Amino acid sequence: MSEQKLQSQTVQTTGHAWDGDLQEYNNPLPAWWVYTFYVTVVFAIVYWTIYPSWPFGKGWIGGLSSITYVNSAGETKTHSWNTRALLMENLNKAAAEQKPYFDKVEAMSYAQIAKDPDMNGFILSAGKALFSDNCAPCHQAGGQGKIGFFPNLTDDDWLYGGTYDKINETITGGRHGYMPTFGEVLTPEQIDQLANYVASLSGIGHDAAKAAAGNTLFHSETAACYYCHGADAKGRKEIGSANLTDNIWLWANVPGAATAEGKVAAIRGVITSGLNKGVMPTWGGRLSPEQIKVLTVYVHELGGGQ
Amino acid sequence: MNFNFKHEWIETNIGLMAVLTMLAISVGGLVEIAPLFFIDKTIEKVDGVRPYTPLEQRGRDIYQREGCYLCHSQMIRPFRDEKLRYGHYSLAAESQYDHPFQWGSKRTGPDLARVGGKYSNEWHVQHLIAPRSMVPESVMPNFPWLLTTPLDISDITDRMMALRKVGVPYSLTDAEYKANVARFGETVAKQLHIPNAQQSLIEQANFGNYDGDRSGISEMDALVAYLQVLGTMVDFNKYKDDAFVNDR
Repeated sequence: MSEQKLQSQTVQTTGHAWDGDLQEYNNPLPAWWVYTFYVTVVFAIVYWTIYPSWPFGKGWIGGLSSITYVNSAGETKTHSWNTRALLMENLNKAAAEQKPYFDKVEAMSYAQIAKDPDMNGFILSAGKALFSDNCAPCHQAGGQGKIGFFPNLTDDDWLYGGTYDKINETITGGRHGYMPTFGEVLTPEQIDQLANYVASLSGIGHDAAKAAAGNTLFHSETAACYYCHGADAKGRKEIGSANLTDNIWLWANVPGAATAEGKVAAIRGVITSGLNKGVMPTWGGRLSPEQIKVLTVYVHELGGGQ
Repeated sequence: MNFNFKHEWIETNIGLMAVLTMLAISVGGLVEIAPLFFIDKTIEKVDGVRPYTPLEQRGRDIYQREGCYLCHSQMIRPFRDEKLRYGHYSLAAESQYDHPFQWGSKRTGPDLARVGGKYSNEWHVQHLIAPRSMVPESVMPNFPWLLTTPLDISDITDRMMALRKVGVPYSLTDAEYKANVARFGETVAKQLHIPNAQQSLIEQANFGNYDGDRSGISEMDALVAYLQVLGTMVDFNKYKDDAFVNDR
């Protein structure tokens, strides 16, 4: 109480009262606070002179700080500080650090890269990063694919070819799978015969009589399956048609069906409705040729490369 | 100096207090936003950016309705890690026809500013129905109704009229249509013409068959069409990698 009295004698009030006697002290601000405030003002002025700040006419004042970088055309440029120039500087730095590796990637053949122990480590780490972001959403983290949607990259079966050049071509240009709809061209009996024949090629339980009729149909002009899948039914890599003899399945969920009838039914489904999917996006514009080369070796090394 | 300032003047005069409060809080806006309207590099000059077609715009509406923006941003910042993962940083010009923009500030899922063309339509359809069937570690909810709900296109004209009011160059008159032909080319201009909206929406959906189902136009068609155009309008291969450094 006595303290309060003392203060009311030495400190001024803001000069007005509510409810008769309710007053407000007008204490001075603490010195540390005032000086900190002045320091922030000085800091702001220094900051304005170094970094871009005030608008000026149709532009702004760029500030004294600048960034020098080399652009894609090889020109060295200096620009007042901004985040986009800073990105260029950071990318230049990263490119310089990675250059020894990417120069090797460019100069070496696929087979040389795969054999070189130093490069192997680089391919594994850089390839995994690229694969995880770009490829794994469809082909899954280990490249095992997804039946009915996206091919397995770890087995020996390749729709478009499993050589380095073919894998590179697939990544760069993308792919688009297609098989006509046979539901309206052939009768259900004929489709059943064909499905039994295709099942027989992979040694799946089937009706021998139907398979024999399917064999004839497969090589006839009525169904003309041989046109795309080849007379030996082993597929044609130049058009991406599937090998029907290896018991490896992408579109028909044969492994998922428990019974032989179920497996034949799955094949029948694909023949009936055809395919207009199997789209792989084009990566040529999104990734650099060196990145695609790294990915090519990485995918090749997943287990199925030829 | 006779001027003797008293708190009491403000504290006992609510009108004066309101005006001064408004002045104080408008400083931030005036300093940070107002200059952007006068700086001629705010929106970069770049080729290819066009308003969304009616189908894409409906997809965008569904994107907002489902709250995709709560987890996905559409703004690639100029950082090395973002460039490596998502591609070229986003330009202001690329969202000039977005009302409201979808830049976002929270990424639970990845940024979608350049998701267009990165995955196939089929992947998007499957992923929207059941995300974990494609990406096992995903925490995204399932959106199975998109494929089974027919797209409501009855009010597409009204939606485009509303966007036109806020400056999106959808054409209504012949003169506006011709201006769009000169600006965006005939194919695009046709799709931006409001009197043709329903027809061009149906044509794009049937031609693109985004959901893989030919029996009708679903909400999935619209959403996938929208996702597949995100970030694809500007061809950055036409520009040097520092082409937009001067704009900031």
